[in-house]
Amino acid sequence: MKAAVVVFPGTNCEHDVMWALDVAGSEGELVWHRETDLSEFDGIVLPGGFAHGDYLRTGAIARFSPVMAEVRRFAEAGKPVLGICNGFQILCEAHLLPGALHENRDLNFICRPIHVRVESTNTVLTRAAEPGQVLQIPLNSYEGNYTVAEVDAMDAQVAARYCDADGTVSDATNPNGSVGSIAAIANSAGNVAGIMPHPERAVEEVLGSTDGLVMVRSFVESMEPAHV
Amino acid sequence: MSDDVTTEEPVHRLLGLTDHEYESIEGILERAPSDAELAMYSVMWSEHCSYKSSRPHLGRFPSQAPWVVVGPGENAGVVDIGDGWLAALRIESHNHPSFVEPYQGAATGVGGILRDVFTMGARPIALWNQIRFGSLDHPHTRYLFSGVVAGIAGYGNAVGVPTLGGEIAFDPVYAGNPLVNVMCLGVLKRDQLVLGTAGEEGSIAVLLGNATGRDGIGGASVLASASFDEDSGTKRPSVQVGDPFEEKKLIEACLELYEKGLVVGVQDLGAAGLSCAVSEPAARADMGMDVDLGAVHTREPDMTAPELLMSESQERMMAFVAPERLDEVLAVAKKWEIDAAVVGTVRTGGTLTIRHDGEVVAEMPAASLSEDAPVYDRPLGEPHWLENVWDNTMQLMRPPSIDEALLRLLDDPSIGDPKWAYEQYDHMLFLNTVVGPGHDGSLVRVKGTRKGLAVSTDGNGRQCYLDPRRGGARLVYEAALNVALTGAEPIAVVDNLNFGNPEKPEVMWQFRETIEGISEACEMLSTPVVGGNVSFYNETEGNDIYPTPVVGLLGLADPMPESPPRLDRAAEGMEVWLIGPPGARNLAGSAFEQVIAGHVGGRPDAPDAFMAQGVIEVAIENAKQGLAPAVHDLSDGGFAVALAEMCIASGVGATVDFSDWIGLFAENPHRFIAAVPPEHADALQAIADHYDVPVTRKGHFGGDEIRFDNGGPESTSVSLEQATATWQGAIPRRMG
Repeated sequence: MKAAVVVFPGTNCEHDVMWALDVAGSEGELVWHRETDLSEFDGIVLPGGFAHGDYLRTGAIARFSPVMAEVRRFAEAGKPVLGICNGFQILCEAHLLPGALHENRDLNFICRPIHVRVESTNTVLTRAAEPGQVLQIPLNSYEGNYTVAEVDAMDAQVAARYCDADGTVSDATNPNGSVGSIAAIANSAGNVAGIMPHPERAVEEVLGSTDGLVMVRSFVESMEPAHV
Repeated sequence: MSDDVTTEEPVHRLLGLTDHEYESIEGILERAPSDAELAMYSVMWSEHCSYKSSRPHLGRFPSQAPWVVVGPGENAGVVDIGDGWLAALRIESHNHPSFVEPYQGAATGVGGILRDVFTMGARPIALWNQIRFGSLDHPHTRYLFSGVVAGIAGYGNAVGVPTLGGEIAFDPVYAGNPLVNVMCLGVLKRDQLVLGTAGEEGSIAVLLGNATGRDGIGGASVLASASFDEDSGTKRPSVQVGDPFEEKKLIEACLELYEKGLVVGVQDLGAAGLSCAVSEPAARADMGMDVDLGAVHTREPDMTAPELLMSESQERMMAFVAPERLDEVLAVAKKWEIDAAVVGTVRTGGTLTIRHDGEVVAEMPAASLSEDAPVYDRPLGEPHWLENVWDNTMQLMRPPSIDEALLRLLDDPSIGDPKWAYEQYDHMLFLNTVVGPGHDGSLVRVKGTRKGLAVSTDGNGRQCYLDPRRGGARLVYEAALNVALTGAEPIAVVDNLNFGNPEKPEVMWQFRETIEGISEACEMLSTPVVGGNVSFYNETEGNDIYPTPVVGLLGLADPMPESPPRLDRAAEGMEVWLIGPPGARNLAGSAFEQVIAGHVGGRPDAPDAFMAQGVIEVAIENAKQGLAPAVHDLSDGGFAVALAEMCIASGVGATVDFSDWIGLFAENPHRFIAAVPPEHADALQAIADHYDVPVTRKGHFGGDEIRFDNGGPESTSVSLEQATATWQGAIPRRMG
């Protein structure tokens, strides 16, 4: 099983995703955004960073990169596609996920560990987790404020919400103003998911937390034939 | 500037050259210089690029050691960290641009220091910044502070290099002249080391990256090498504009060029732009060069030769390439979507010949721009006021109440929680951050090895003002202790010397004394100075800043401790130990003196080199053996503040004994607090005894208050909750 880890000009979390896949016992390969054939891969990760400098609007230029035709083909074929942070923004811009991400409520960049509560486990991001499980993973974004029309209709697709250490979701535990405290969401089939915080940054005790591993493992499991 | 001034003032003076310097140029060329030549000499001979006032003193720094691979004079210092790995480090100031335009000034400071490091072949893995402003209660300071933090975040986050902290301080002396110093660390394999050389005859100069525009023209000469007055706002066009996206692509492209072995040398374009990037590598290689300005890719039409030569447009690199590798180099540039232009060819003979539109616009010995720069051994004199300042110790009407003093110190924005700033910085990228911002030293692991690299950056303007030699030395010892607390051995230093106007003898005296102090300490610790930066003219309307050297110290932990000590691991039942000399009584230059008494005076204690080394060894052994899990060095605010910070970070109170209030707030050097689990007390005591380092057992962690109890009427306490809220709110409540 091998994941394509897509590198746009300006992407910067690609090596971290590769590292986390390795820690989770899987494998990734860096793929330049001009690639047009990813058929040898079993899943695609769009890592964090500043694709195309975030110019115009985050993800707005990246959605036109040549590789996105393959991302769309994977999404439609039910194969696993995961966007983290900037990758989440790109998937929204490409309309492979609902909603959009705009500036944080306080108009500051936020880099700190936060808690999320797993909601639906019917996604490539949360398949291996328990519903209600609370994970501590780092948030690292300026445009992390998720918004979507008819948020209630999306309930079943929400993969994780911001919460406190006990799993309680409230305005006080919402770091960036996201509607419904949504930190991660999937498409209705669950094979395309986006998450704003960085599970790949929480895979080793020496760096402070291993809570992100369950999400990385979920994605790895999703690439296995039984799930495709 | 009115028209009659421009017609009367000779061009060389407008460019910042003195009449004497102009005559030297005529002497070198044996004729009057052209406009383009004058432009080149003016930027290359500026204080910022030539170090003309500081050079006679910089040779004092010890810079040799078996592990130094590249010392001062290249783009960055490089040291051997073993097993085929090297570390590259550099620190640089962007003080003046950050005052004129805080966001872009700080952002381009980050961009510049990154280029210095990846020019050497290294991947930049972490950044630190040392920033100093006037009082945070002043609205303009808030504008500058938030702009600088946003600039560091905006550039560093987008370019994809984590910022691991540094130091933030506020003091009215920096109101008219903030300090923004940025340090970068990179790592590389030994065979990827690249130097700033033009290589052999026939090598081709390829200009990579951003197009050249009119931004930053004269940044080095006009902005960085002159004092501020009320018209400084008009210098804004001299500030460059940063594009982190372009830099990110440039980093990746350059690293690929190094990995494939496609370049013979690389020079970044920073201060003095193209003038520097063609002359210095040629001079280092004992070569000359033919350069065609018409080939330079530009952002705007009709740029003149002087503009092209002086422009400080960001995100540009000059690569020197053997002709047969040129196509491969251009292909790498194309892949990473950066522009590349062939602008020159290396020639023997040492002459730099620059053509524009077919005409020779400048011709001179390449080495004359760097090596023939003037050197000024400026007069120096001990300030007449210094002894008065030493005698002027703090007088209080009555002893302060300890709890009130502690809370006021915790509320001081130089001491309070810096999270407001560093939570805006990506400090986790690359998955190397083992000890991040908010601790004494940062610790990053080097993937693929067992090694950890620790860095601490330290500055203390007040103490250096009161005694520049003692102050300078103490900075080195403080930084060394900070890296030692993580388990790392100090191995190298870079310094950023921020001073006032060098034409004043007392500023030059402070400068020389500081260098003496830093050098003495570096000799004692065997930490060579592998690079640095000098920033003079930090004055506004005749008022100089405090002499403010900043030391960046690199430590190596090999292997990295399994669980390096941190600030936040004190727990109920652990003992509070003060490790280092007991009986501290010196409040000169302390935070207490300034914050509580509004006073700066007295003379700080001299460092004790042997004690310093002993305490450093104890700290390293403690980390290696995993004895005290929480440690914190004593600096601003002394024992009381250090203890409170450990309690706040760990979420646990403490009760400690004390002799009197002075001992709680004194800032004598070479001391740290350790939170010692009782089962490790004997082992740690034995280590301290072995190094002849005194230990004072002050009390215990536990409870929900920070209690100072000597059985007398001075005994008092502060609730952990109130201390936490006060400390955490120091910056946010002022920023609104």
